[in-house]
Amino acid sequence: MKKGLAHEFIKGLWEESPTFRQLLGMCPTLAVTTSFINGFSMGLATTFVLVCSSTIISMIRKLIPDQVRIASYVVVIATFVTMADLFLRGVYPDISKALGPFVPLIVVNCIILGRAEAFASKNSPLPSFLDALGNGIGFTLALSVLATIRELLGNGLLGEPWVIMILPAGAFITLGLLIGFINLAKERRRKTATPACAIR
Amino acid sequence: MKKLVYMIIVLTVIGLISGGILSLVYSAMVPRINENLVKATDEAIFKVLPETKNYQQKKSGEVVYYECYDAAGAKVGLAILCAGNGYQGEIKMMVGINADLTKFTGLSVLEQVETPGLGAKIAEKSFADQFNGLAATPPIEYVKGIKPGKPNEIAAITGATISSRSVVNIINKAVEEVMNKK
Repeated sequence: MKKGLAHEFIKGLWEESPTFRQLLGMCPTLAVTTSFINGFSMGLATTFVLVCSSTIISMIRKLIPDQVRIASYVVVIATFVTMADLFLRGVYPDISKALGPFVPLIVVNCIILGRAEAFASKNSPLPSFLDALGNGIGFTLALSVLATIRELLGNGLLGEPWVIMILPAGAFITLGLLIGFINLAKERRRKTATPACAIR
Repeated sequence: MKKLVYMIIVLTVIGLISGGILSLVYSAMVPRINENLVKATDEAIFKVLPETKNYQQKKSGEVVYYECYDAAGAKVGLAILCAGNGYQGEIKMMVGINADLTKFTGLSVLEQVETPGLGAKIAEKSFADQFNGLAATPPIEYVKGIKPGKPNEIAAITGATISSRSVVNIINKAVEEVMNKK
């Protein structure tokens, strides 16, 4: 809270992007990003669970004894995951079918438990809400980018289809290259931004 | 001791609240989920036996099938629900077969988790269309690399022989089961 509420929201989008910077939640990232719509809906479902559970956990954080906090968090998270799963099955059966077992598996997505333990359990509801929303949108963005690249290359929308991009190996390659480029860009920016220090 | 009781109370209350909320959401969603299931079955039956207006669910051993009737009440054939293991997981399909059980009328893949771009092509039109007018006896066979010649042959998908073979085996098994009962 030292840096203000806006910071709590924005940091998850890029600076501390759960996928590209924290490298959390890799399982859905690698598994469901075969098409844009799958990646995007996985991101939204995760964002919903993340925002709801972070807010609730932050509200009840003072009531929960330390020894059983993880168990309590998991129950709260599992409740929202089951709600999201039932909602998708009832209202969007096609998406639910495409995501398969990965919707129930949001329970064990480490982004959610990570934000609960690292942030929501120590901060009041409003910053926790914004922190979760930022991280959720950051996760959705990352999944959408990854899924778009894989769908375009793997389905041959840009010439010859590269089947490997749709296969699991394609997920590793794309994610690895993306993280590499992001690190490279960061390195460059740090170098151009700091020459002033060298003179002093 | 006091702490222990407190921990138990907190976890119990959280569990009760979450269970209560979930049962509400569940009861609100169950009718829609079932509706979707019925709709998916309807669509699949209609796709493999387009003249169907009415159907009756029947069971033969483990295999579920639907006796289909047209608007005039005449039997147009059977839609057989076939399920079995594919390359990566369960494949669920609806196969249509005409009333005297001699020819297939269509195939619709309901669920599959085959490799995208390879085995998943079993759900595509070019593969499924091969079952239109395919002879139902003797059992279906698949050929690789050449054009199917016999009336009971289909061409396997290049690079996805296991998925193609699974489809053929699953259908043969279910059809045999239904035919033996007749």
